[in-house]
Formats: sequence, structure tokens, C-alpha cells
Amino acid sequence: MTLIRDPWTQLRDLTTARIALGRAGHSIPTAELLAFQLAHAKARDAVRHPFDARAFDGVFLKTAARDRATYLRRPDLGRRLDPASAQLLSRGDYDAVLIVADGLSATAVHRQAPTLLTELRRELEGWTFAPLCIVEQARVAIGDDIGERLNARLAVVLIGERPGLSAPDSLGAYLTWSPRIGRTDAERNCVSNIRPEGLDPVLAAKRIAQLMRVARDRQLTGVVNPSNVLPGTTA
Amino acid sequence: MDLKTLLAKATPARSGDELAGIAAASAEERVRAQMQLADVPLKRFLAEPVIDYDSDEVTRLICDSHDAQAFAPIASLTVGEFREWLLDDETTGESLAAVSPGVTPEMAAAVSKVMRVQDLITVAAKIRVVTRFRDTIGLPGRLSTRLQPNHPTDDPRGIAASIVDGLLYASGDAVIGVNPAADDLATIETLLHMLDRIRAALDIPTQTCVLAHVTTQMDAIRRGAPVDLVFQSIAGTEAANRAFGINLALLDEAHAAARELSRGENIMYFETGQGSALSANAHHGVDQQTCEARAYAVARRYRPLLVNTVVGFIGPEYLFDGKQIARAGLEDHFCGKLLGLPMGCDICYTNHAEADQDDMDALLTMLGVAGCNYIMGVPGADDIMLNYQSTSFHDALYLRSLLRLRPAPEFEAWLERVGVPGKHLPPAFEKALQLA
Repeated sequence: MTLIRDPWTQLRDLTTARIALGRAGHSIPTAELLAFQLAHAKARDAVRHPFDARAFDGVFLKTAARDRATYLRRPDLGRRLDPASAQLLSRGDYDAVLIVADGLSATAVHRQAPTLLTELRRELEGWTFAPLCIVEQARVAIGDDIGERLNARLAVVLIGERPGLSAPDSLGAYLTWSPRIGRTDAERNCVSNIRPEGLDPVLAAKRIAQLMRVARDRQLTGVVNPSNVLPGTTA
Repeated sequence: MDLKTLLAKATPARSGDELAGIAAASAEERVRAQMQLADVPLKRFLAEPVIDYDSDEVTRLICDSHDAQAFAPIASLTVGEFREWLLDDETTGESLAAVSPGVTPEMAAAVSKVMRVQDLITVAAKIRVVTRFRDTIGLPGRLSTRLQPNHPTDDPRGIAASIVDGLLYASGDAVIGVNPAADDLATIETLLHMLDRIRAALDIPTQTCVLAHVTTQMDAIRRGAPVDLVFQSIAGTEAANRAFGINLALLDEAHAAARELSRGENIMYFETGQGSALSANAHHGVDQQTCEARAYAVARRYRPLLVNTVVGFIGPEYLFDGKQIARAGLEDHFCGKLLGLPMGCDICYTNHAEADQDDMDALLTMLGVAGCNYIMGVPGADDIMLNYQSTSFHDALYLRSLLRLRPAPEFEAWLERVGVPGKHLPPAFEKALQLA
């Protein structure tokens, strides 16, 4: 028998970690090897999957990062609008601006953002929203640039998170009160791991809406906000 | 040209240095800078700190702890001559250990910039840094592993399942170390007690660690939790360490608290990685590899049991692809060993980097040849909490088998005693699961 199976496969019920894989010599069995490669391929594809901005309805914006290769190397450019896009925005009087951004996984945005947007608008009846902004090659801090130009009191960025092997389609939501260029991550609230197998989008919308209400009451977001849900990582 | 500018222009291509705007503008400029750097006398590094002495405590640590006597044998050399001295057959591990307190991080970084991969491997392979806690790590012919049984919700049973799997694959002789998803004291204490129960029940000659922030671990010590190793991420500038929420005084305090537990000399565990200073906007125009070497000055102050660079975790804006990750891992291992540290490496990458398992296999093999003290053991190489790929239990078996390396001697004897590898799940292991 070339393949050595592990007699402790029952441990797999206790964790989603890749345990009790068995071995061929000292190496991973073929099926496990290829399952890993498939998960990695999906995560890689998610990073490169083109963002179909037209799947949404609103103002279409681009950052100073012109393509995916530039975006990955230059996080600073993904935090600023390109000049042509910047001209599309003008100051208004808005309670909040909702921003859909591709981040590191357009797949996540396509799968989770539509439900999230519908539910958020339902939850927050009576709020004055700026037109929905859809932005390509964007990092979290793009909300500062957009929010400041629109004079929105609160920016909510829905952005594709860094894909993991088990979750290539996880969305994050970042809330920034009084958005302006130079805000730090400590001044934001974050809800992460939004996907049906993680934090369900409908439930996530309720949580984000609640955070938005708290932010409006306190005129504040960030670590000092006691209802900060999850620290999260910055895309 | 001042030293820090020269070092930045001479450093091998890194996306992080390009992002910082300090890299050479062309391939030729880079090699010309390397030629100029090769002619710099080592003494100049003592006279010209790359970050101001008055404004940075890491610089003060480097300058104030420099050992002039140890430096004497290499005091007349240039960077280029230092490379040749390191490679000289007459220069042994003992002579390298003797000069180590006289080598500053900037000297180590500088010479690495004019070394090829085989040079980095050749010199590092001469140096053994041996440390001890419940077992002995870093002996010739040995390769240890950190068992990393992370779980997205810190579920003790899930963590225990990964620990049992890892032990049955002969993993965990460097440390059984959990990265907690939550950083609150209650979670950390729960995990510390759970890890200690399992270790004690199976009588494993290894140590445990929960990699929370150092202040949380100090709280746990005060409350009597079973802390073996005190962990912290560290960086090479005072400002970058501030972003990690630490300074030398706090590390001194943590070290003192751990020493009071009377567990021996080597009681600290540090992690580092190129790019951390830049990502905290705290690099002072110094290239990321030099900043990384400066972190080793912080580490060596505490004679740690374990230090590892987490080389590919930070993302492609700092280390773009497999080639940059591989070279960075070998530079970090070389510089750490030269500065007297028990270096291991978290050979890893994220899904937005241009890297895959083949790149990790290559770096894994090279680090094995270079005599790396330990690597990570993550179930199937897939960390389901941190969402990145590291090395698997199988990867360590591969290195040990191909390079004829063995686990730490005490751990090896334990494996034999409990019958690992075996055909069944030993009853003691089944019982250990109930302790979670």
C-alpha cells in the first residue's frame, strides 16, 4: 500500500484545518495535493477576477492605480481617485455615502454586495445617501477621498477582502465618520468575513446599520467606539 | 552619498523599497551602488548610524552595546573584504560566534547585499546557535518545528485536534504556539491552560506559547497562568515598535517577569519580517532589509529561545513574488545567525503575492541546507485563521528525510517512547483531546 492513511480521521470533525491527511512516503497524498492547488487557484483567480462595475448602478470611479499589477504594488495609489473621477464628485449634504470597492476580491463584491446594499437601504430608511459610488482598484482609504469630496458625514466602504484558501469571496465593511484624507485605521469600524459561510450578508447588514446609527449618535467611529465589532485587517 | 542612501540603492530589488521611493532607479545603478558599498570600511558603520542616535532607541541600543574587542579581528575590513572573510574556509563557526557581538545589524545587512544566495547559505551553515528550554534547539544535524494549530474562533477542541495531528507527524519540538484570533485576557488564559494541560499530560519535552500582545501575556503571568515563552513581534526602529505597542523598557519588563518564573536563560520568542517599518511609516528612509536586521539587535538583547522572520506574510507591496520572498528569507536567516540569534523562518506567502507552493519548496530546501533552526508546522500548510500558506507537517518530514536531519534530541526520544509514528492513535493522545 503506497498511501498511508491516518487512523485518526475522526479528528477532522473538530476543525476545518487540513489534518489527518495521510501521506505517501513523507509527502501529501495526490487528492489532498490537488485539493490544495484548487483552493489556491480559486483564491488567485479571485484576486485577478475583473470587476464588473456595471453590475451596480451609481457613479463609476477609478483610482490612481491604473491596473491590477500597479494596484498590488502601490497601495498608496489605490487610496486616491484619479483626476477624471475626482471631477465627477461634488459637495452635497449627505448622512452617508455607500461605496462598493473591488479591493482584493471582486468575486466577493459580486457575490455579497447586492444583498448587503438592499438590506442596508431597507434598514436605514430616512437617511440621506449620496449616489452609490462604485470604484475600481481601490483600497479601504478610498472612502476618505470620496467622502471628503462629497462632504458626506459617514463613509461606508464595502470591499473585497484578501482571499484565503477557504474563503475567496469574503467581503469587509469599513465605516469612517467625517471621512477625509489622512484618517487612520484606528478611526474606523470594521465588520469582516461577510459571506454566507461566515457572517451572513443579511445579518451583516443589520450589524453595519447598527454601527452606522451609533456612529451618527456619537459623531465618531474607531477604537474608542465601544460597539466596535471586529478589529479586522485592512484590505 | 550617505550610508542609508547607499544601502537602499545597493539592496536587491524589493517592491517595498520601490514603494518607499528609495530603491535604485535602474539595474545598473543598483550594481554600481553595490560596488561602492563593497569599498565601504566596516568602521564607517560605527561612525555613521543610519537613523539618528538621539531620536531612536534601537540606534542607541546598537551603538551602546557594540563590543569593540569582538570587532577587532574585522575592524580593518571593507564590506567586500568582510564577505570574503566570512566565506574563507579558515573562518569557522567559532570565529563567527566570537566576532558576532562586534557586528552591527547594518554591517550584516550591508554584506548580505553583496552576497549571492549560495554565499548566504554557505556562511549561515557554519553558524550554530543553540538554545534550551525543555529541549535543546539548534544542534548540528537537527531541524525543529513550531507546531501552529490555529483556529478561526480559538476553539480549544479544534486547536487540540491540530496539535494531536502535528505531534503524530513529529512536529512541535521548537514550540507549540497558537496565534489567537482574539487578544483578550480570558481567551489567552484559556488557551495557556489548555496547552499546558496537554503538554503535561503527554509529558512532551517542548514549550508552549500563545502569541498575544506582550502586555496581555504579562497580565496572564500576574494571574498565575502557565506561561512558558513570552512572545512579541518586533521591528527595527523605535517608531515601528511604537506601532506594535512596545518599546525596550516594556520588553525589559516582560523579560524580567518571565525570568521570575525561573525557566532558564532562553525564555523569549520573537517574530520579525521585512516591510514592517515601512508599513508603519517608520522606516526613516532606510531600506526594509536593513530595518529588518536592526530588529535582530532588539532580539539579541534578550537571548531568546526562538526568533523567526515571517517572510512572505506582509504581501506583494513589500515582497512581490517568490523570488523576492526566497532571497529575503535567506538574507534574514543569514543576518540573524551572524548576529547570534537562533533563527527560524516562517516560509510563507499570501494569495495576492506572485508565489506558490513550488516557491516555498525551493526556499524550504535552501533553508534546510543553510541550517535553519526551525520552520513552521501548519496542518496541510493552510492556516485557517491567519489566511495565508506556511509549511506543513509533511514539509518538515521532507526536509528531515532528504537532509538527514532529526528533531531535538529530547523530543526525538519522546517520540520513540510514545510510539510515533505508529499505526494507531495512542490512547494517551486520545485522552489529551479530552483535556481541551
